[in-house]
Amino acid sequence: MKFAIQVNTSPYQSQAGDTAYQFIVAALAMGHQVFRVFFYYDGIYHALRKSMPPEDETQISQRWSQLAAQHDIDLVVCISAAQRRGLLSQDEVDRQDFKDNDLAPGFRISGLGQLAEATLTTDRFIVFGGS
Amino acid sequence: MKNHLFIMRTLPHGKVYLQETLDVILTIAAFDQKVSLLFLDQGVFQLKSDQRPEALDLKDTAAIFNALDIYDIHDLYVEIESLQQWGLKPSDLFLPVKEIYRKDVNQLMHASDIIMGG
Repeated sequence: MKFAIQVNTSPYQSQAGDTAYQFIVAALAMGHQVFRVFFYYDGIYHALRKSMPPEDETQISQRWSQLAAQHDIDLVVCISAAQRRGLLSQDEVDRQDFKDNDLAPGFRISGLGQLAEATLTTDRFIVFGGS
Repeated sequence: MKNHLFIMRTLPHGKVYLQETLDVILTIAAFDQKVSLLFLDQGVFQLKSDQRPEALDLKDTAAIFNALDIYDIHDLYVEIESLQQWGLKPSDLFLPVKEIYRKDVNQLMHASDIIMGG
């Protein structure tokens, strides 16, 4: 089965992001496909390159990056949600003349159309995290 | 085409959540999908008339709701029990809605392909 996933809460706001991650790992292990993970609302905070939790804690952003690299999963961060919260696409980083990009590897910033496409082209769309 | 049902159950102001949900709703509708909204719990206040969010420098989400018609979104369901819980009547709302009893919510959800929060 082909899944699309949406993550709506920040890593330290709720367990939803962790649950989403565990769900994806389990689904992949069972031979399912994960077409895309869409990060919206405060979920965009999963994509911070510079989040540096203590070494004995889960490296949340890094774990997503590794998952994307290992399984070729499309991690998409909503551009309007991200820019509102200070996470910029490379274009915007350049335009504002900032020095570096805060987006963790394996994530890309794009529009809500990517969410619409994800709901339309998959068998199941599962949302993690509420308001 | 898929039937998308948005479950609207948060207060309209105080955070950006509703604005961001409305962005999703308009995007999905722009993809020529069937979109319905169901207002539950405190979400019924999203349609309450005569709010003045500009007094607190907040965005007027009512203006966005008023644009739903242009996007061919006409099915706005409001749970009767939720209205009653807050002492509201359909005439307190700024858009025409379809009233629905709690016992029929299940059926509405089953008729939808995709369910999202809001």
